[in-house]
Amino acid sequence: MAGAASVLGMFAVSSCSWQEFIQNNFQRMTKEEIEQTVERLRKEYKEKYGKDFVVGTEGPLEATLFGYALDIQRCIGCRKCVYACVEENNQSRDPQIQYIRVLRFKDGDMDLEHSTIYYDPEEVPEDGYYYMPVQCQHCANAPCTKVCPVRATWTERDGIVVVDYNWCIGCRYCMAACPYMGRWFNFAEPVIPAESINTVTHYLGNRPRMKNVVEKCTFCIQRVRVGKYPACVEVCPVGARKFGNLLDPDSEISKIIRNKRVFRLKSELNTQPKFYYFFAT
Amino acid sequence: MKSFIVQAVKRILVGSPLYYAWMTLLLIFVAIGIGSYIQQLKVGLIATGMTSYVSWGFYLGNFTFLVGVAAAAVLLIIPAYLYDFGPIKDIVIVGEILAVSALLMCMMFVTADLGRPDRIWHLIPGIGILNLPSSLLSWDIVVLNGYLFLNLLIPGYIIYKAYNEKPVNYNFLLPFILLSIPWAVSIHTVTAFIYNGLAARPFWNASILAPRFLASAFCSGPALIILLFQIVRHYTKFHVKDEALHKIAEMIAVAMAINLFLLGAEFFKELYSDTHHLSPLKYLYAGMDGKGRLVPWIWTAFTFNVIAFFIFLIPFTRKRFLTLNLGCVLIIIGIWIEKGMGLIIPGFIPAPLGEVWEYAPTTLEILVTLGIWSLGLLILTINLKIVLPIETGEFTKHTASNGALASGRA
Repeated sequence: MAGAASVLGMFAVSSCSWQEFIQNNFQRMTKEEIEQTVERLRKEYKEKYGKDFVVGTEGPLEATLFGYALDIQRCIGCRKCVYACVEENNQSRDPQIQYIRVLRFKDGDMDLEHSTIYYDPEEVPEDGYYYMPVQCQHCANAPCTKVCPVRATWTERDGIVVVDYNWCIGCRYCMAACPYMGRWFNFAEPVIPAESINTVTHYLGNRPRMKNVVEKCTFCIQRVRVGKYPACVEVCPVGARKFGNLLDPDSEISKIIRNKRVFRLKSELNTQPKFYYFFAT
Repeated sequence: MKSFIVQAVKRILVGSPLYYAWMTLLLIFVAIGIGSYIQQLKVGLIATGMTSYVSWGFYLGNFTFLVGVAAAAVLLIIPAYLYDFGPIKDIVIVGEILAVSALLMCMMFVTADLGRPDRIWHLIPGIGILNLPSSLLSWDIVVLNGYLFLNLLIPGYIIYKAYNEKPVNYNFLLPFILLSIPWAVSIHTVTAFIYNGLAARPFWNASILAPRFLASAFCSGPALIILLFQIVRHYTKFHVKDEALHKIAEMIAVAMAINLFLLGAEFFKELYSDTHHLSPLKYLYAGMDGKGRLVPWIWTAFTFNVIAFFIFLIPFTRKRFLTLNLGCVLIIIGIWIEKGMGLIIPGFIPAPLGEVWEYAPTTLEILVTLGIWSLGLLILTINLKIVLPIETGEFTKHTASNGALASGRA
């Protein structure tokens, strides 16, 4: 029966080529297999978007554990990070997917159930409110990778939680397991206009996805593994977002964690996020 | 073997007008279901009502209910094989066949819920990766398939012997029968653990979940079995004693008492401590932020379960078929709501960041679901059509080779 469903599924999910069908889990591929797969993907993307893509496969950097810190005091709730992320990471524009959700709280309250993401004033920040963006927290004790029935998602050595889009079976167990809404599902074929596609990609990051698979924030793996900052860090107009190497005691992120008052979201769940919130002043 | 197949096919193809009407109806729903499923594969899961907020829905609700039905066969196996209770031993095979159909439906529901069924081979150890011991979904695949194997082997062996008119060697069968008892408990426990282990979802993350799963399964499954037995004995020569049905009804009364007690315990803990853990329960039973699609459903389930409990508790109503059957229907509907939508949806509401985003199945989801139920009933009917005459001795090697087709009423 499983075989019948598989065959039926293969014919109906029409974009699926034979090579794509038999493609192995990224972690189990040999170097040659990775090269062949990347070539095939570049060809497919060229056909679809008419552009030459870079599909990087850079591995984790030595002696690096990525961490993130967000200054709640500074964030003005402008959502520039949300849209920079969508553009950098080739999220579907229709239906829309956004990795970052900016929560608005009333002053004096940090109850998630009282927060909202639906605010639309003329100008931000608004009096009487503060803002807290939430995205994948890249947990050290990640509940999402634990539940995946096929190991299509895992934590890289540099601490980034990634998804192999070609191995995901679309069961959405990881989404149920995530306490931060850090995972998003392509319920339909993602639509991205060719003129706004980002052609500099990574296999485990922002390469174009297919329908019915899960995706998520990867700290912009395609950028941070070649020495750049994530797009959200770069775009933030008030410098509320900090990023760096937790293993380097002299990095900005290490200094923030050492010197500022920091907390982690839902720390009672023992997910041990590598994403910290802090108050700069 | 060849004559068996020829005779079996003949038996499937020959029946009363009512039989043909039933099979045609099922086939129509199966065809509609397959058509709808192909549509879902084409456009993606956007064809369903599921979202990134409520990422599981109607399919997994039905799956969870049916795991309970499959597990409930154990309530026949224990009195039949361990206590050697004659009236149930005569009929236990029907329970096992129901379990097989329920398991196949479970697997179809999970497959329907998968975004990428073309990648289902990723689950096969070796060529794929089955994430053991870490993923409970992987464990569920193991226990469901194991239970399916046991429930094919045990009745399969008995039927094989009956067909060849040879006695059953219970010494060979006993280890498998004994194994099937904890295994039945395991399929429902592991299914409960799928949800139970998620700290992100307070509604499921309560230790009472697995015990409640079992208690409710031991209500709905046997209720279905009581109805099925009455249908079977009405339409075939297969004999089912009233005594057996009343014994099963007694067990339902106990199971429902435990189920309601555990529900009460859950209510007390949540209401009295009054933390944010209460929110999903509040959404389910009272609605939240002006949204409460499940409220009328869950109160229907609650009312049905309580009424059914009293019907099964009081000997006067339990022993009269009119009220007994009413109780069965109430329980099946009640548990289907409670362990289906009533369990899955509030797990996602409110969402982890506090949003209240509701869910309702689309027409397509309902059609696929009807299709799967119909296919399951079709499998059940066909199985019974072959197995029951073998059990009654109408269909054996002897009659098959003579080409004599006993004219059963079905």
